[in-house]
Amino acid sequence: MSHYEAPIREPLVLGDKSYHDITEDIARPIEGKANKNWYIAFYISLAAMLWGFGCIFYTVGTGIGVWGLNKNIGWAWDITNFVWWVGIGHAGTLISAVLLLFRQKWRMAINRSAEAMTIFAVFQAGLFPIIHMGRPWNGYWVLPTPNQFGSLWVNFNSPLLWDVFAISTYLSVSLVFWWTGLLPDFAMIRDRAVKPFQKKIYALLSFGWSGRAKDWQRFEEVSLVLAGLATPLVLSVHTIVSMDFATSINPGWHSTIFPPYFVAGAIFSGFAMVQTLLGVMRKVTNLENYITRLHIEYMNIVIILTGGIVAVAYGSEFFIAWYTGSPYENYTYMSVGAATGPYAWAFWSLIIFNILIPQLLWFKKVRRSFIWSFIISIAINIGMWFERFDIIAIVLSKGHLPSTWWRFEPTFVDVGIFIGTIGFFFVLFLLYARTFPVIAQAEVKTILKSSGENYKKLRDGNHE
Amino acid sequence: MSNKVIHAFYNDDEVVLDAVKKVKAAHHHIEEVFCPFPVHGLDKAMGLAPTRIAITSFMYGVLGLGIAIWMTNYMMIQDWPQDIGGKPNFSWWLNMPAFVPILFELTVFFAAHLMVITFYMRSRIWPFKKAENPDPRTTDDHFLMEIPVHDNEEELTTLLKETGAVEINVVEKH
Repeated sequence: MSHYEAPIREPLVLGDKSYHDITEDIARPIEGKANKNWYIAFYISLAAMLWGFGCIFYTVGTGIGVWGLNKNIGWAWDITNFVWWVGIGHAGTLISAVLLLFRQKWRMAINRSAEAMTIFAVFQAGLFPIIHMGRPWNGYWVLPTPNQFGSLWVNFNSPLLWDVFAISTYLSVSLVFWWTGLLPDFAMIRDRAVKPFQKKIYALLSFGWSGRAKDWQRFEEVSLVLAGLATPLVLSVHTIVSMDFATSINPGWHSTIFPPYFVAGAIFSGFAMVQTLLGVMRKVTNLENYITRLHIEYMNIVIILTGGIVAVAYGSEFFIAWYTGSPYENYTYMSVGAATGPYAWAFWSLIIFNILIPQLLWFKKVRRSFIWSFIISIAINIGMWFERFDIIAIVLSKGHLPSTWWRFEPTFVDVGIFIGTIGFFFVLFLLYARTFPVIAQAEVKTILKSSGENYKKLRDGNHE
Repeated sequence: MSNKVIHAFYNDDEVVLDAVKKVKAAHHHIEEVFCPFPVHGLDKAMGLAPTRIAITSFMYGVLGLGIAIWMTNYMMIQDWPQDIGGKPNFSWWLNMPAFVPILFELTVFFAAHLMVITFYMRSRIWPFKKAENPDPRTTDDHFLMEIPVHDNEEELTTLLKETGAVEINVVEKH
């Protein structure tokens, strides 16, 4: 049989589903009305977003002196948030591209939302370097255009410019990957829409997708090649972000393990965010039959793996800092100095949220529990924020010259912009959850016969 | 002159795949099959040539790499060399390691975007394009096989019924 799958594998689609049922289930959240909880969440996010925009206007109007930055600590909350959001963005492409190459079918229920999360997170990330410029209207200077004062070009030796290229390539490639996958699903919504306006909108969004055999042949090839291109791309993005630090000469930043360690951390935090979002979404949109306990467990396994890599990296940073015997190394973010100094609270937050709490996932009971997965994912989100804060603020607070030692204290504007981006992110995600097909239904239909619960039962029954 | 076609509906991917094979074996021309999701092996059964879109992607990638090499050389070496941390600004090759990220990103950028644009153009999908699937059910759970009729309507209908079609319509195609 062409649809055979080993009986030992748990089903990925629960319940007695037909192809048409999948259509109905995915279309329901779009065609139905939003409930009260959705509106409450939406307005809270909207308020946070507007507050953040207000803080951004204040920053741009007055200057970045309104932040807590000072002449020694020139990067702090803003770049912490930038790296945090970029890291979160990594899970989407990892799920859709890397798991596609590895033929992991469980990705199909979660890739659409994970990619949406990627794109929305990279939006937030992109905001920070631009407003940190202080004069965002000159932001186009990062592009290779000759400037007004001669033909001085951008500096291609600089990791900051590599970042510009990496992140814009990543955002745009993720966007077309996502949209191409959405075409057949938008077409499905279009073909069943009854309201004329809705039909028009989805006809536009679906680009007139008709589903010819040749289209599907090209569609599958394009998905495969895009996955092949996106896999090294996603690894390159956080590698290059880590080079923003690693190519400098600050003790604590100048570290050759940064690229792999940052990439692992990014996947770790990205999966945690997917876990946070999907844990709620599967309930709100009644998609429990598609995003199952098994999906949650698989994601937790990726989290424990990448979390382990991150923990080993911390250990090696700590050991090397101590082993050098260099007094400068004693003030890096992973050192005795950091663990006992003025930023000890940030150091220990990192250790507790990022290393200790995720170890609970070794227990299968915890790994398969929705509520525990949700709690742990929140802890990891917090922990990964502290990782970036520690790397940036602790390292900069103790430079080579003791007279430059200083502390960073955030102002309400720093905090406000961060809260604003969280609000903006959730505004986008909530709108997405109401208007987009949140599960790649065309793809799920291809695995229904191999991995659907009813089909598996039917098949396994035959053997007895 | 009639432009009649037969629309045969199927509601199962395995059935439609077998049906395509049988119709092909009876030497009828299949104009098109519309599917709600990709059916493995359908393109081979219909006799469609393999797609060459991956090859175009490779060529676009080479183009992107070429543009990146030209750009870094022109801007950093030829037009306005600068002393940046003592990096060799007189030779592209010696300065090249610092350009690797740019070379890589532009290769991927060109390979991905131009391939997707090629796909959209070749498959004729773009904003404001009108969909051409003849029945809305083909994006839900039905497969539609379109066969041109040349005075053999009855023969075709019988054959298609045998292959498990759930609905057969003869329509005028414009």
